[in-house]
Amino acid sequence: MEATVAAERPRLDRVRFGRALRRFGWTIAVYALFATVMVVTIAIKPDYGSFEWNTLTLAALPLAFAAAAQTMVVLGGGIDLSVGALMALANVLALRAMLGHDLNYALVVALIVLVEVTLAGALNGAIIVLTRVPDIVITLATSFIWAGLALLVLAKPTPGIPLDFQNLAQGSTFSPWVPNALLLLLVIPAVWIPLRRSRAGLAIYAIGSDRNAAFRSGVNLALSRILAYAVGGFFAACGGLALSMTTGVGTPLAGTYYTLSAVSAIVLGGVSLAGGRGGMLGPVAAAYILSLIPAVLIYLGIDPNYGQMIQGVLIVLVVMIGGVGALLRRA
Amino acid sequence: MSTRAVSVVRLVQQRSFLVLIALLVALAGLIEIIRPGAVNAHWVSNILEFAAPLGILAAGQTLVVITGGIDLSVANVATAAAYIMASQAPFGVTRSIVAGLLVGVAVGFVNGIGVGVFRVQPLIMTLAMGLVVTGSLNVYSQAAVRSVPGVPAVIHTLGSGTVLGYVPVSLFLWALLGAALIIGLRSTGFGRLLYAVGDNIEATRLAGVRGWQVLLANYAACGFLSAVAGLVLSGTVNAADLSLATVLLLPSVAAVVIGGTSIFGGSGSYSGTIVGALILTVLNSVLTLLDVPDAVKQVLYGAIIVVLAAAYTRVLGHE
Amino acid sequence: MLEASGLAKNFGPVVALRSADLRVRGGEIHALMGANGAGKSTLVKILTGALTADGGAISLGGRPRSFRSTSEARKAGLICVYQDPSLLPDLTVLQNLKLMATPISRFRHYLAELGLDGFDLQTMPRELPRPTLSLLDLARALAIEPQLLLLDEITASLPADLTVRVFNVARQLRAEGRSVIFISHRLAEVAALCDRATVLRDGRTVGVVEPAQGGEERIVKLMLGPVADEVAAEAASPSAPATGGVAVEVRNLKAGTLNGVSFTLRFGEVLGVAALEGQGQEELFDCLAGVRRPESGQIVVGDKGSSFRHPADAIRAGLVLIPADRLQALLRQRPVRENIALPLVSRISRWGPINLRREKRSVEKAVKRLQIDTRVQSEVRRLSGGNQQKVGIARWLVGGFKTLLCFDPTRGIDIGTKRQIYGLIKELAANGSAVLLFTSELPEIQLACSRVIVLFGGALVDEMPAAEADEKALLRAAHGLPSEADPDAQEGA
Repeated sequence: MEATVAAERPRLDRVRFGRALRRFGWTIAVYALFATVMVVTIAIKPDYGSFEWNTLTLAALPLAFAAAAQTMVVLGGGIDLSVGALMALANVLALRAMLGHDLNYALVVALIVLVEVTLAGALNGAIIVLTRVPDIVITLATSFIWAGLALLVLAKPTPGIPLDFQNLAQGSTFSPWVPNALLLLLVIPAVWIPLRRSRAGLAIYAIGSDRNAAFRSGVNLALSRILAYAVGGFFAACGGLALSMTTGVGTPLAGTYYTLSAVSAIVLGGVSLAGGRGGMLGPVAAAYILSLIPAVLIYLGIDPNYGQMIQGVLIVLVVMIGGVGALLRRA
Repeated sequence: MSTRAVSVVRLVQQRSFLVLIALLVALAGLIEIIRPGAVNAHWVSNILEFAAPLGILAAGQTLVVITGGIDLSVANVATAAAYIMASQAPFGVTRSIVAGLLVGVAVGFVNGIGVGVFRVQPLIMTLAMGLVVTGSLNVYSQAAVRSVPGVPAVIHTLGSGTVLGYVPVSLFLWALLGAALIIGLRSTGFGRLLYAVGDNIEATRLAGVRGWQVLLANYAACGFLSAVAGLVLSGTVNAADLSLATVLLLPSVAAVVIGGTSIFGGSGSYSGTIVGALILTVLNSVLTLLDVPDAVKQVLYGAIIVVLAAAYTRVLGHE
Repeated sequence: MLEASGLAKNFGPVVALRSADLRVRGGEIHALMGANGAGKSTLVKILTGALTADGGAISLGGRPRSFRSTSEARKAGLICVYQDPSLLPDLTVLQNLKLMATPISRFRHYLAELGLDGFDLQTMPRELPRPTLSLLDLARALAIEPQLLLLDEITASLPADLTVRVFNVARQLRAEGRSVIFISHRLAEVAALCDRATVLRDGRTVGVVEPAQGGEERIVKLMLGPVADEVAAEAASPSAPATGGVAVEVRNLKAGTLNGVSFTLRFGEVLGVAALEGQGQEELFDCLAGVRRPESGQIVVGDKGSSFRHPADAIRAGLVLIPADRLQALLRQRPVRENIALPLVSRISRWGPINLRREKRSVEKAVKRLQIDTRVQSEVRRLSGGNQQKVGIARWLVGGFKTLLCFDPTRGIDIGTKRQIYGLIKELAANGSAVLLFTSELPEIQLACSRVIVLFGGALVDEMPAAEADEKALLRAAHGLPSEADPDAQEGA
């Protein structure tokens, strides 16, 4: 009797291990890729130190938030082509209001900006629910609106984010290897983990996974969709503020790059564009990989313009490998 | 009972086209009210000249959207085609134009392989190809071209010349392509298959259609049209820089949506897109005339797309 | 306990429910029966709040109620378990439970009762076989202790031993004074389990029967309506036996459930395929139509073996498929004309200009022959189900074929259209085509076929001329029972 139980346990563990591997395989692969790219980087540039690491975390921070924003929306079965525009809006709102003020004032402004842009994200969702127009069309249209508003707030790139506010992201308070920009990423799990465990968060997965089954399970489709867009808006706002902190500048035209790269990051990060599948860990790591590519090229003495090309080829390869994998599994 | 329902729907569909035309006329009327005498032959000529590149770019987009896809690389392709054409100009005009068009077809072909053969979502495939094209173009411009190349005279005439004083040369090209597309979509086998694939690709498979062939040819056609649009645009602005057509990406999608082509695929027409492109151009003209800042222009642009798309969805009841 | 009267529902031009009445007592297992398209699923959706009725009234425990959402119905103690499990594939089972606020201990309790004790709640439904999903779904419904449980064809995807477990749980609910509405196509199950049965036909309640006391005959009569009489009339003159050459020869075909099937289909005959759900008939038709590749075995067309890698290959060899789900084969937003003319443009060599006048003529001819009740410009999605199916068939009259593969072509179609379709199938065979016909409605086999093969468990278990293929004989064979067996033995199982 006991012998069989003892024999059962390792088998069960193996089952669990196999399952975890299947479920998190992609994420693990993304981190392995990140580690590989880091190792290659250090091999190319033996004097890679905390400064370079610091630079990377600064460059990756806004993109990581953009990826988180897009992940939220895509998990719920949508897509938000206005992520970059929302970030730009948050960025210029922050600059406009903070200009010439101290840290406390800046923090209050940051809070207000977070609320405003979260509402803008929710508005994206609400328009989609109300008009029943496909997500891609509405967010494309609202990307004009948010970008236009950003231009209204600030006509041209302007420096002037308070230094104390910038220092929240720049430098490293604790250790040179744990830059502040890395710590700020903790905002993502702070929102994501409780959300994922709540019914509301499960409902977002549910509507992305199978809308019909979600409806039968009593999920409020409209509210869940708006929530996904609102949380997406919140992360976009974080991204905009991160842009303010890392660059110190308000840039009304920053949007397009982040919209496109955020889609790249979630694809690379293993979030299914069909919705319902994926998590936050993959896209964030993917944001780091995408930010590392131009740096590596510079270390190699290659024209950093190859960066975009490599990013494009990388995405195509990743998606095709995914597609071939799905084909093999089906056969 | 069902035939009456059908005729009502058809009436609304036809009327939605009329509504677009009415909107177009109303916008022109608005301009006339704001500044009496502004709407004249010269103004019309200008509008057509500026609408032509957008209209041709949106033509490729229409083809792709009809099959249920979207092409986010059209602007990058247009830019690349124009830039390569201009940089090749010293080696002969014909060679440069052919080179430009080939760029478009080649990129479209790769898009088609990704979407048709490997079943990559069109959004991702074309987004990635857009990055590849722009990246390559940047590299090319740094490595092979030292100065911003000039546009050959033929292209300049194509983009901004006029006949009889008022009729833009590009209008002839646009009209030719437009007629070919409208007739082709309606009464060729390929046109039929575009709608069929966009409506239900599994059904076309059961009917013996090899969908990848259709998609491959279609994305290549879209690439070709994008390249043509790029060449015309470089003639219109008489320059071919590295961000030539970037601003036209979103309008190219907007023109298709305003023109009543369903983003889900399976329905729509190029005639709608033409009116969509004209509306966007006239709208731009109105806002310029009102001296509205660029920022407000963008906001209004976005709002109008939302309103029109919502109206379509409500009226035609897509689920 | 539950009383519904005069429920009606339209979807655009399609009437799904005309006037349905249903009375369920407390402590009763009540069957809801009806042919495909009779309106069962619409009725269920209205009862559980997934749809709102256009007319009629529902009362629960004497109080009039109408639910605007499934969660409202759930709160009132009404819950439905569907044939396709409604667990979300990408959430773990535990998360699925949390989503519906299901009490976990009671879920575990019912899971144990269904024979799944010690189930790992961290599993994802995507990774589970379908029968397990059905049981999980059932346990989830039971865990909220419903007053009225609806089981919508849940046994269709369950093997026999699991079906028994479901029955035991249903009986237990009855013993506790709660009610169950049981929906199934299987008469034997209904007779074994249910106290009373309400029969729907064409969106109307046509009778309430007590199945246990030899009521099956009445149920069948009520369900089929005029068709039942027609079977009797037509059975006297079954289609002539085939005399033509061999159209298709299937040799030892294996694919999925299908496990080594051989038979010959001749020109001029309608060969019926009879089988319960999931006995390999889908795989058989898919292989013949080139939708799926067989694992082994041969399909011989003419005198050479064929391997179809794409439906286009099968079509070139003259084999065309009419699938059960009409919308799978049709372009919903496109006009009738383009749907019918689709095979004419499918090949790359036909991508050029279309001869519109010639196309119009041949399309109109097909429309007239099939009596499709519409103008050719209307979009297919605005047609009734019967007309849609006719469009699917008309396509091949225009496109040309030698062998017609009809997979359940009359699913959810009204009786008049059914008769037309079967008439056409017979006519096509008489004119020299070969037809392979599967229908889930066993009594209809005799309407059209000249010969029948029976599949069970992926193997061909019986073959008989249509004259002998009455419903009883087919049911026996389809259950894998030898033809000598006592019919009552399996009805009571």
